[in-house]
Amino acid sequence: MDFQATIDADGRIEPRDAMPDGYRKTLIRQIAQHAHSEIIGMQPEGNWISRAPSLRRKAILMAKVQDEAGHGLYLYAAAETLGVDRADLLDLLHSGKQKYSSIFNYPTLTWADIGAIGWLVDGAAIVNQVPLCRCSYGPYARAMVRVCKEESFHQRQGFEILYTLSKGTEAQKAMAQDALNRWWWPSLMMFGPPDAASTHSEQSMAWGIKRHSNDELRQRFVDMTVPQADVLGLRVPDDGLVYEDGHYRFTEPDFTELYDVVKGNGPCNQQRLSHRVKAHQDGAWVREAAAAYAEKQAARKESAA
Amino acid sequence: MNDLLEYTLRLGDDALIAAQRTGEWIAAAPQLEEDVALGNVALDQLGQARSLLQYAGSLDGRTEDELAYFRDEREFRNLQLCELPTGDFAHAMARLLYFATYQHLLYDELRSSADETLAGVAGKAVKEVAYHVDHATQWVLRLGDGTDESHRRMQAALEALWPYTAEMFASDDVVRRLSVAVDPSTLEEEWTRRVTAVIDESTCERPTSSYQHSGGRSGRHTEHMGFLLAELQHVARSHPGATW
Repeated sequence: MDFQATIDADGRIEPRDAMPDGYRKTLIRQIAQHAHSEIIGMQPEGNWISRAPSLRRKAILMAKVQDEAGHGLYLYAAAETLGVDRADLLDLLHSGKQKYSSIFNYPTLTWADIGAIGWLVDGAAIVNQVPLCRCSYGPYARAMVRVCKEESFHQRQGFEILYTLSKGTEAQKAMAQDALNRWWWPSLMMFGPPDAASTHSEQSMAWGIKRHSNDELRQRFVDMTVPQADVLGLRVPDDGLVYEDGHYRFTEPDFTELYDVVKGNGPCNQQRLSHRVKAHQDGAWVREAAAAYAEKQAARKESAA
Repeated sequence: MNDLLEYTLRLGDDALIAAQRTGEWIAAAPQLEEDVALGNVALDQLGQARSLLQYAGSLDGRTEDELAYFRDEREFRNLQLCELPTGDFAHAMARLLYFATYQHLLYDELRSSADETLAGVAGKAVKEVAYHVDHATQWVLRLGDGTDESHRRMQAALEALWPYTAEMFASDDVVRRLSVAVDPSTLEEEWTRRVTAVIDESTCERPTSSYQHSGGRSGRHTEHMGFLLAELQHVARSHPGATW
């Protein structure tokens, strides 16, 4: 079956199948940026591993950040099925030529931010990613099935952190509300620009890479999240929020902030990228040693044979 | 303090402080596979710490978190080896080789302790630390027998940490009185045999320093410990009585 027929029949494209160049390029860009987001996303949460306020929370957070490294690994592997190399993709990240999700350019200032990231950021990621489990490219769709399972676990843990804080001392409650105030608008912007201004959407929809528009997904997230905020006893920082015809109407976020952060002008853009580049550069001698050792071992095997 | 509590705190504090340091590698490792692997190691160490501190706490009515977050530096019983700053990746692997080899021998013996809780913790942990030993061994070989730079760094790390190894095997009245404990002095010979076999194969030289630090078991730590605890304990201590 040719490419378009497979797409039209809602089938899966596999690595060896013929595919248009544009489809391949779009997927490489999207999967790579998704992988970059996973590994950059380790930083704002990793920031709290050493300070987690109980040993149980420390263990959960360590496992979570480790999961993100795992997600990065299998997303890079999915991208490699399209004929690119992880090392090259990392170079594109490090040189700023490929982006990652702008949400990770915001700082984690208190322990409650770890709850807010789990609840809101992973919650938004799930809304974005569940439709990707049906994406037309097989390896990406399958990677997403696994990622989504773990993300929903993370989201529950984030909610539980905030739930505990909201039932705690006055200082803990204030910490939780402050985190929601700071993370609400950036989370809404995780779905990208409004449909009218979205540049890649139409072609991606036709290719079965994208299944729902940015605004549809944003609405779905708000509808899902507002009742959860009520359970937490926290106030969503939007005076325009009203329930109407089965949906929560909400104030549109200030997208000039999103465009600004994408351009590099967010609170942590420089910090996140330079941390990543430093880890990579500091590890260069280790990777070189591993390669040199593997070569020596292969040569020894050869001469012994 | 009773001997069983003292002994359990030693093992639990070793694991806790090791986990705190290993965790520093998450999101900073040389490659993504290593972020995952060191994440595993840190989680294993933290899991051991929690089991042991829960047991220690049950002996004198404290929780694992009270023990981890509300004791002062002089009350911690961990080896100085565990608290030293992270250093480069060669330091991380040298420390893991020294420490995990020790833990492996210790837990292997402790499995047959008459204390069922300690034996149970050891039975689970011995499998975990066998993986840590293997992981560290693979890296010491790669780095020692890799490039000139990696060889130099591996040698430097093995030497820098060597003076913190004798403390692992120091015997005292606590372990001699406590029949359910393993006297660590009985582990030294086999530890030396195993570790030097790895060092030899890695083409590095066996460290020769005869000077050895000590003090961790009686709560005398390095200057680094205070900063480690400040970070570990700060949030919990800012909100006394809060639950998380």
